[in-house]
Amino acid sequence: MTSPLRLCVRRTSASAAGGAATLVTLRLPSDVNCIEEAVELVTRHCLAGHAATATTRFRLRVVLSEALSNAILRGNCEDCNKWVEVRAELGPEAITLYVTDEGPGFDPSAVPEPIQPEQLDEARGRGLFLIRKLVDAVQFNQQGNSICMILRRS
Amino acid sequence: MGFSETKGAGGVTVVQVDGQLIIGNRHELKDLVQAALDRGERRLLVDFSRTGYIDSSGLGALVSLSKRIREAGGELRLSGLNDDLRSLFELTKLDTLFAITETPEQALASF
Repeated sequence: MTSPLRLCVRRTSASAAGGAATLVTLRLPSDVNCIEEAVELVTRHCLAGHAATATTRFRLRVVLSEALSNAILRGNCEDCNKWVEVRAELGPEAITLYVTDEGPGFDPSAVPEPIQPEQLDEARGRGLFLIRKLVDAVQFNQQGNSICMILRRS
Repeated sequence: MGFSETKGAGGVTVVQVDGQLIIGNRHELKDLVQAALDRGERRLLVDFSRTGYIDSSGLGALVSLSKRIREAGGELRLSGLNDDLRSLFELTKLDTLFAITETPEQALASF
């Protein structure tokens, strides 16, 4: 079966942080069954040519997977006519990941902390919290449909 | 990759998670545990000794199962989390919600 994922890799002259960079873009449909393959593909490109600890690999996988789940389930509401785009800027010092959906966006400051005692028994609501804990910086665009995550390589 | 079910010491139902517990397969685990509850099993252990990754949906599935098992008067234990997986439980404070042991043997002895 042909994969519905669309991957593009190119070298750029400069990253946001300066220095040569590789730019990886991936488009995937709003299907949770595509998440695993997308995470594998992007992780492989992010770490290619760099010595990465098992923990860095683990963190990368977690945050990518969580951002994709949020984009597909909450952003695009699993609408098969909508896509999710991953853009990874791979610099020598850091990996910058953007995950963007076609949804209306949300207010990240309104998401409750899942570690509050009254939230612990809830089955949902840990994805964004984990992302915030595992990367070095997180930002959203104004609309709230695109997350930017920065993970230092060291 | 997937789930396998065996009987441990003392008749405890042991579910082994091979590979990953993620959004794509969490329902499979829920169905397997529900079937065990329907058969009258009340002592369950989920072992992660062969698990590389759990996402937040997988954590959520464990929370749901814990509630379901508790309501049925049963007990759930978790074992075999590697350091990275354990860190997910600690970050989310789910280590305070679950009884977690290093090895399945320790978990079985604790029922």
